[in-house]
Amino acid sequence: MVEIQNLTKNFGQTLAVDKVSFEVKKGENLIMLGTSGCGKTTTLKMINRLIEPNQGEIFINGKNINAQKPELLRRKIGYVMQNTGLFPHYTVEQNIGVLPQLLKWDKKITRQKTEELLNKLHLPEASLTMYPNQLSGGQQQRVGLARALIADTELLLMDEPFGALDNVTRNQIQKEFKALPEFQNKTIIMVTHDVQEAFELADRIVLMDKGKVVQIGTPKDLLYRPINEFAEQFLDAQRLALELKIVSLNDLWPYLSLNNLACTTSISSSINVWDSMEMIRKSDHSCFQVSNTKGEKRDIDFQVLTQAFNHFQIAQANERT
Amino acid sequence: MNEHRQTLWEFMSAESDKLITQTFQHIGLTFISLFFAVAIGLPLGIYIANRRKFAGPILGFAGVLQTIPSIALLGFMIPLLGIGAKPAIVALLIYALLPIIRNTYTGIIGIDGNIIEASRALGMNKWQILFKVQLPLAMPVIFAGIRTATVINVGVATLASYIAAGGLGEFIFGGISLNNTNMILAGAIPAAMLAILLDNLLALLQKMNFKKLKKVLYIFPIIIVLLASFYALPSAYGTVLTAGFTPEFMGRQDGDLGLRSKYGLKIHTIVISDAVMYKAAFEKEIDVISGYSTDGRLKAFGLKILNDDKGIFPPYYAAPIVSEKALTKFPQLESTLNLLAGKITDSVMTDLNYKTDYLHQTPEKVAKDFLVKIGLYKPSRDVKLGVVKIGSKIFGEQYILAEMYSMLIKGNTAYDVSTKTGLGGTKICFDALMNDQIDFYPEYTGTGLLAILKPDAKTIEKVGRDKELTYNYVSSAFEKQFKIKWLKPIGFNNTYALMMRRKQSGEINVNTITDLKKYLDRN
Ligand SMILES: Nc1ncnc2c1ncn2[C@@H]1O[C@H](COP(=O)(O)OP(=O)(O)O)[C@@H](O)[C@H]1O
Ligand SMILES: [Mg+2]
Repeated sequence: MVEIQNLTKNFGQTLAVDKVSFEVKKGENLIMLGTSGCGKTTTLKMINRLIEPNQGEIFINGKNINAQKPELLRRKIGYVMQNTGLFPHYTVEQNIGVLPQLLKWDKKITRQKTEELLNKLHLPEASLTMYPNQLSGGQQQRVGLARALIADTELLLMDEPFGALDNVTRNQIQKEFKALPEFQNKTIIMVTHDVQEAFELADRIVLMDKGKVVQIGTPKDLLYRPINEFAEQFLDAQRLALELKIVSLNDLWPYLSLNNLACTTSISSSINVWDSMEMIRKSDHSCFQVSNTKGEKRDIDFQVLTQAFNHFQIAQANERT
Repeated sequence: MNEHRQTLWEFMSAESDKLITQTFQHIGLTFISLFFAVAIGLPLGIYIANRRKFAGPILGFAGVLQTIPSIALLGFMIPLLGIGAKPAIVALLIYALLPIIRNTYTGIIGIDGNIIEASRALGMNKWQILFKVQLPLAMPVIFAGIRTATVINVGVATLASYIAAGGLGEFIFGGISLNNTNMILAGAIPAAMLAILLDNLLALLQKMNFKKLKKVLYIFPIIIVLLASFYALPSAYGTVLTAGFTPEFMGRQDGDLGLRSKYGLKIHTIVISDAVMYKAAFEKEIDVISGYSTDGRLKAFGLKILNDDKGIFPPYYAAPIVSEKALTKFPQLESTLNLLAGKITDSVMTDLNYKTDYLHQTPEKVAKDFLVKIGLYKPSRDVKLGVVKIGSKIFGEQYILAEMYSMLIKGNTAYDVSTKTGLGGTKICFDALMNDQIDFYPEYTGTGLLAILKPDAKTIEKVGRDKELTYNYVSSAFEKQFKIKWLKPIGFNNTYALMMRRKQSGEINVNTITDLKKYLDRN
């Protein structure tokens, strides 16, 4: 749906973005990942023409973005930014209603949509008449999301949307956002420097460094098939945690031993290793029955799980060499 | 007038008509200029906020304009725009401009960049960003600028009376010239209250939240225009001829008050400063002025004195007045100053004034040439036995006299001289003399009588008509009350006089003040 070709941008001497090309498919969640200053934001802002490139072209649904006025283009692309950018002189309702007003929507429709979004994003009804400075950081970010979502655009650009939040709030909003139907349906291009977040939310990741694309691929590709030393080292610090989150019980299926632990509760095999360990730790039984799509069943506890994960890792390592 | 001294309140109620007119004019002037300052400053501030490279030059230029002293700025305006409301409004506008441009600019560039980026990202065009985001967010800062400009304008508008634009300055400067504290306060107190009131009202607006501010935004321009229109109210009447009188003349028994009571003269009058009055008459901006009979500009601008046929202008013979302390301290002083006694007649003084005012010779040269001509000039001696401090008021004739006295003292005595010229009006000079800041200055008998001694009406009636009687009365009264001695008169009588253009006076056949009244009654 979005095609980026050979994009280059320099600010004076600084080459911020250097011949970047990638493609985003319809409905895909693509995440641009990289250290601070590697050109992610600049690339993102060129998509809605907040920044004009020195070179290169961008097509959305096959149409060059320069074919229309920037204002009109931007009204068709949702944009969420790190510092919310809410208007301090507008109430929450007015903030969410900015784009509908530009699009001259009927007020009733705006009101109805606003209320829907408020519910989905767990914002209290009373906040409608409040000003942004009366809300918590997390609530402000939810309003920022609502403002970007209300016009139901196909494409959503997000620049470190959860970057300014504390850990607890961030995890919570991430989860909620992931559960939204909008997250599933829309084409999303998101920028982050947080590897965990990228792995949590991405269908594919564009790893960037010094204005250039280093690698494009699924989280698994990045983990198990890094293209060079930079890509490998970039994930090293959190490799184990990432693997536990990426690898599902399905992936471990061949390595799960056939025991009968007489487990009473059953779970799905699409759950990742990290989450299943969490569940085991929290439950009274310390054991679960897993069933996959073919109807096969395995009993797992902590020990079975760790063993299978070890075997899986060895197999992956062998595959690479 | 009776024995009892007028209180401020009595003065204000007696002059309530004028006070109301002046206050309206003052508010009007302030807001007309404010209106134009906002109309120019706001767009300019917005412009330089978007084109930052112009910000430095434009703010710098507005800053320089603001450092021009107000009197000088008003002076510059006269050749360009004449006298009256126009130049005053332009001058006020120039002062109000900087705070409005600067605050609009800083208000807009001070907005969080993320907010502007968000508005762009949402698809607003630059006008929508300006009106929906930038201006509302910068509004408190812009209001602070408007507030500063308003307070500045209320202050500077007091000077508008110098160029016949009215306002509370008429009382303030009239009061200073007339040594009338009540009159000064009657102008100064309302002006100060006006400044405080407007400052507080605008402070309220500044603190309002966005919601309420929105409504105010629509009302504010209407209020400004409404207040601005106050200016037009008082000047809705007029006569065929227009008079321009100095603030001092307006408040004097031997001035406008006498013209009305003795002659029954009713003429549309604007208040104007002495500095521009003659020229304004020459340029036909006004027809009748209250000049001085020895003023050089009388000759320069072809003006004619109307005969004071009912004798309301008392004699104004000039003589040095000296503190007794100085006479004891400098024994040679009295005889030296008296060297000039009787030497300068009316026509000689007019001629000397003409040389400085119109031919732009320095008072020093004019004084020396004259002393040489009458054989009184002696080069200065070198012995220094103390310093005599000479004062003078702030007009040409007094500068010339001060120079002459300085030369005479240096040439004939062993004293050195320091001159404090340009000491504003009568009050300032006289106070300086009383406080020993100066030793003597040239004063006029009529001024001594009417502006300093202010005796009751009967006394004025008795002594105010005659040269000798006036002189004798003031010199004995000054001796008694202030320990100040009047030396011998210099010779000329610099009295008030009504003047018209010679040509016009011939055309309409007006030669006396009574003729003038009759002419006005006919038309
Ligand atoms: N407006 C700008 N002017 C000058 N340099 C800029 C500007 N915006 C970004 N840069 C520079 O371009 C590089 C990339 O910035 P950015 O795209 O914001 O990085 P990231 O979002 O990956 O942290 C950085 O070196 C940054 O300093
Ligand atoms: Mg960034």
